Amino acid sequence: MSIWLNKDSKVIVQGMTGATGMKHTKLMLGDGTNVVGGVNPRKAGQTVDFDGTEVPVFGTVKEAIEKTGADVTVIFVPEKFTKDAVIEAIDAEIPLAVVITEGIAVHDSAAFWAYAGKKGNKTRIIGPNCPGIITPGGSNVGIIPGDITKPGRIGLVSKSGTLTYQMMYELRDIGFTTAVGIGGDPIIGTTHIDALAAFQDDPDTDLIVMIGEIGGDAEERAAAFIKENVTKPVVGYVAGFTAPEGKTMGHAGAIVSGSSGTAQAKKEALEAAGVKVGKTPTETAKLAREILAG
Amino acid sequence: MDLFEYQARDLFAKHDVPVLAGEVIDTPEAAREITERLGGKSVVKAQVKVGGRGKAGGVKVAGSPDEAVARANDILGMDIKGHTVHKVMLAELAPEIAEEYYVSFLLDRANRTFLSIASVEGGMDIEEVAATRPEAVAKTPIDAIDGVTPDKAREIVEAAKFPAEVADKVAAVLVKLWDVFIKEDALLVEVNPLAKVASGDILALDGKVSLDDNAEFRHPDFEALHDKAAANPLEAAAKEKGLNYVKLDGEVGIIGNGAGLVMSTLDVVAYAGEEHGGVKPANFLDIGGGASAQVMANGLEIILGDPDVRSVFVNVFGGITACDEVANGIVQALQLLEERGEKVEKPLVVRLDGNNAELGRKILSDANHPLVQRVDTMDGAAAKAAELAAAK
Repeated sequence: MSIWLNKDSKVIVQGMTGATGMKHTKLMLGDGTNVVGGVNPRKAGQTVDFDGTEVPVFGTVKEAIEKTGADVTVIFVPEKFTKDAVIEAIDAEIPLAVVITEGIAVHDSAAFWAYAGKKGNKTRIIGPNCPGIITPGGSNVGIIPGDITKPGRIGLVSKSGTLTYQMMYELRDIGFTTAVGIGGDPIIGTTHIDALAAFQDDPDTDLIVMIGEIGGDAEERAAAFIKENVTKPVVGYVAGFTAPEGKTMGHAGAIVSGSSGTAQAKKEALEAAGVKVGKTPTETAKLAREILAG
Repeated sequence: MDLFEYQARDLFAKHDVPVLAGEVIDTPEAAREITERLGGKSVVKAQVKVGGRGKAGGVKVAGSPDEAVARANDILGMDIKGHTVHKVMLAELAPEIAEEYYVSFLLDRANRTFLSIASVEGGMDIEEVAATRPEAVAKTPIDAIDGVTPDKAREIVEAAKFPAEVADKVAAVLVKLWDVFIKEDALLVEVNPLAKVASGDILALDGKVSLDDNAEFRHPDFEALHDKAAANPLEAAAKEKGLNYVKLDGEVGIIGNGAGLVMSTLDVVAYAGEEHGGVKPANFLDIGGGASAQVMANGLEIILGDPDVRSVFVNVFGGITACDEVANGIVQALQLLEERGEKVEKPLVVRLDGNNAELGRKILSDANHPLVQRVDTMDGAAAKAAELAAAK
């Protein structure tokens, strides 16, 4: 089992015909992802050949769903057009939209999030500015390397792309049910809490690894959620202990303002909820390993 | 990007928020003519992006053009909480203030929407008011699509219990401030104090605005708002090369890919530094996803140019980024610097994992540069880099 994505997921790519979209569609197909179409109104009706796999291009998300039964879209369009692409996906009521694009203006993500709410939240949004979601051995949607690890017992949710890869690598021999990168922007669709709830309900996930970073209070809220709702063991890691106040550390959301959003506050909140928190990614992996070994 | 008060004032004026006349200068002598134009008197206000400037002596009233020059001379160059004053704003003298309020619009991350905060107890530290008398601060969620309509503005005014005689005027100002927030892609628009003056008019006397750098693509005018004087020269050079770099105060230069991994690298180096004379990371540098050899070389050049750096830690987990590109970038950068006659003496510790890691490691082994050493775990490499920085 897995969360939100499996081998039967039918995936379309918004922005498939751009350079980034082409590159990653090829990689996703190589990982066994069932990519059933691309979307580009100017190239509708064409097909694109990816090493012998012919992928049709549709004019709209709605048309792509009607013709293929797609239930997942992954968005690679440039940041200027991302808001419209997400709104198109929401209007088409596709169950899952994974927004890879980085550098989106906060007013744009606030607008598409508000729009999703007005439309009844029929579309789960992951991202923006995220590496995507992978169910090893099943499907890979986004830019996470497919060859780091194999199917297994761990569920992973992370704000950071490369720390996702690092943690998958550290625990590659145990393997993962699903790993999901939720992104480090100030406004994101799927949160730590959403993933924790889904992993709690997934019978094949025996342990959850949660990676956070400075900025906002998502980790503190996740800690409160764990205390009330999660019975499976959770291991945590928080990046940014040495980040100074007021400096944005790469991710638009990674900024410590005043006394809030510090790594220390997040670590303490998680520990108070019974989460074992590692000092480094390697130590975090070791904690996970110890728990699974019983 | 946080703006100076004068830049916020200009944006307010652009969107018809009522403000006092004001002009910014960077030499004392210019204060004379402006003060004459303002009617012979002015308020000289230090332009720094930090609170508490009034208490620090950064705001003075000048009763004559000559006095304005003298006060500008006092304040320019002053240090306020570590910020040097490079500019002062000369503002029209405020009319007699009857009441001081507080209003702001900001991003509410937790609820993934926007928020209005309003209080009739403005003028002082709003966080203090919020902590001691939370009932005096009204928080109203704003829908990102619907925004602040006249009805919404009225709701905010009522929630904050503004006096009836100013309610309409404050509501009108809120609608205009929302224009600033939405049309300028702001993350924060704050007015403190929003003053009721003796005539009964409402004026925004001081403001804070923070703009979203990600929205620069639709605001070509943002470029001119950047505070180039304050930027660290290394940060400025990195920005020119499109690198995501932040200068810190330690000795171990850091290069990595992905914001989370680089933040984590800073932490791991700081922990290792505790064992090695307290050395700390010298910078944050994220070369991003899919970085080419050229980007890697640009980054390394910036780091090696930092006189505080004593050792360098390159920490890459190849996802989209290919480790062979990173390795080639390291080799190219060292060659380039040596060809230029710059002697590179700082040791580099490199850890490569993930996409094409074997190939990358082989490129480094083949190049066999005396200053470069490979350590294949993140914690081990951090310890080595800290040790080398401490030994220098």
